[in-house]
Amino acid sequence: MALTAGFFYLFAALAVASAAMVIMAKNPVHAVLFLILTFFNAAGLFVLLGAEFLAMLLVIVYVGAVAVLFLFVVMMLDVDFAELRAGFVKNAPVGLIVGGVVLFELIALFVSRGFGVGLAQNPGAPVAQMGREASNTQALGLVLYTKYVFFFEVAGLVLLVAMVGAIVLTLQHKANVRRQSIAKQVARTPATGVEVVKVPSGGSVIPAAEGRS
Amino acid sequence: MQAFVGYAPMLPEIVIAIGAMAILMLGVFRKDVTPGEDFGSGWLTVMVLIIGGALILNGDGAREALFDGAFISDAFSRFSKLLILGAAALVLVMSLDTLSREKLLSPEICVLMLLAVVGMMLMVSAGNLIALFLGLELQSLALYVIAAIDRSKVRSSEAGLKYFVLGSLSSGMLLYGASLIYGFTGSIDFSVIATVAQGQPATQNIGLIVGLVFLMVGLAFKISAVPFHMWTPDVYEGAPTPVTAFFAAAPKLAAFSLLVRTLLMGFPGIATQWQQIIVFLSIASMVLGAFAAIGQKNIKRLMAYSSIGHVGYALIGLATNSEAGTQALLVYLAIYIVMTIGAFACILSMRTADGPVEDIDSLSGLANKNLGMAFVLAMIFFSMAGIPPLAGFFAKLYVFGAAMKSGLYTLAIIGVLSSVVGAYYYLRVVKVMFFDESKVTFLPVVRSTGVVMTLAGAFVLLFVVIPSPLVDAALEAARSLHVATAAAAR
Repeated sequence: MALTAGFFYLFAALAVASAAMVIMAKNPVHAVLFLILTFFNAAGLFVLLGAEFLAMLLVIVYVGAVAVLFLFVVMMLDVDFAELRAGFVKNAPVGLIVGGVVLFELIALFVSRGFGVGLAQNPGAPVAQMGREASNTQALGLVLYTKYVFFFEVAGLVLLVAMVGAIVLTLQHKANVRRQSIAKQVARTPATGVEVVKVPSGGSVIPAAEGRS
Repeated sequence: MQAFVGYAPMLPEIVIAIGAMAILMLGVFRKDVTPGEDFGSGWLTVMVLIIGGALILNGDGAREALFDGAFISDAFSRFSKLLILGAAALVLVMSLDTLSREKLLSPEICVLMLLAVVGMMLMVSAGNLIALFLGLELQSLALYVIAAIDRSKVRSSEAGLKYFVLGSLSSGMLLYGASLIYGFTGSIDFSVIATVAQGQPATQNIGLIVGLVFLMVGLAFKISAVPFHMWTPDVYEGAPTPVTAFFAAAPKLAAFSLLVRTLLMGFPGIATQWQQIIVFLSIASMVLGAFAAIGQKNIKRLMAYSSIGHVGYALIGLATNSEAGTQALLVYLAIYIVMTIGAFACILSMRTADGPVEDIDSLSGLANKNLGMAFVLAMIFFSMAGIPPLAGFFAKLYVFGAAMKSGLYTLAIIGVLSSVVGAYYYLRVVKVMFFDESKVTFLPVVRSTGVVMTLAGAFVLLFVVIPSPLVDAALEAARSLHVATAAAAR
């Protein structure tokens, strides 16, 4: 138990610290890397709670796809972060007030009602029906392809639309685009790939562009 | 094989989805696909839609629920789905020529339209909150892409982007509302939500009502009811005309059916709460639709404001929360869809040697050049204005009648007054066509477009002679929904 508590405080502290670093880091690339660290720590917390499926999902989807996408966006777009941050001192009091109000509301809620009140007291609340032996990944798998197969298939159609849409809106068939042709590259021989040029002393020769593709 | 027999009620959806994927595969592997010209994917799509419609007609419309009530098939869904498929097929038939001329016809646009239709059909049949959201997103995502499909025009991209950003916002609100509803009732299933809401005293329902309001905001955006209509004129104007015609017809009906089923099945116990919201949306839409359309010069923008107005009239039917009201709403929407398709068939035919035009001024003197088209457009606009004995008059008659029966006199009076204001801008177009000097000469109407135009004109004119098939079908559809609701309440 003490070990679990120790890991909880480790992950929680690291998550809060790296989340703070996300908004404080000067370099936007570092900020995204700290975001990834935050996700990993959150995944650790999920594992401690016994929700290993959510932990895996967090690592695969958020770290593997979303954060990497962020990283690409940050590196490829020339965003002037100094300018974005210019109004920080001026806007800080407003932000503090809003944050303070939300914090106060959260504390008030938990003090007045405690942590235990929730769906369990509602007449229509769903009842967990998993066997004790099933891990939650297994339990999800058991209903996802049986009880929820309709939603699963429709979600598949939504993803198909997203893929077709992304391709339709971005793919351009231009005549002069050079594409990689692996067969051509493999078929190159020293005879076609190398050109021996006699360089006159004191001068230079620009090799012919042919054969490059 | 035995395991699949139970899925028979959703066979039309399955067939259309598979048809879409088959066309996608054909598009990938056929080498002869160039923009605007391919292996006939447009006609293949129409064929898939017709097969889907035939499968629905083949069913008997008995109430069946699949997947624990996530997918409901009844007379109501049968009526709406047939209309959706018919509208989509007609729009496609009349716009194939324009699409291929503007190099927009590709297997992809056909696939996206088919998948959007599948989404609409799932919306109509949605029996719980997850099915509602998935159907809605399937439809919306496909429509966002279709709006932006013409990449050679900035306006089309702008339309797609605006639609996407505002649509995502509304989806977010809808999801937030759905999560609140789930939190306060403990179920995603409409019938269970109805039971839980019935059992609680009204004072404890505040969380549920807040959730319902957010859910309705999301859906009001999809039917473009005021004050969630801002995207409509820009998207209608920016998207290519065939796409606008598609937007104006089938998705409206699907979103309306979804709204009706959600409110009537899921929240009959707190009807007095949502009726207020519907009444407000209805009045605001009718009034804004009537006044904002007056200054429009572009006919596609005019159609956008006109559709906002019509949404207001159709909402009257829902506001009554009665069987007659639902029947009136379905009749209204069916007639609205036919009128819209006819109007867009005429707009598609507004093309000169230099390309398509969209100004109302360019219609001037049309009666001297092409009397047939001018006549059909005039009939449709008279009908939209609600002039007897055309179809649009009966549509309004049914909703106002339902409102009077339920004692919503204010709503009916505001409706009548705003339809008088609305008549002004419809009649102005007719005046321009018949009494002004002609300025531009249109190219002859393409045959497929002309056929659809004639059909729509004939429907508008002849509805008065044989109204019973549509009215009876709508009554049966409305009854199936109200009987189920009443049975659940007991």
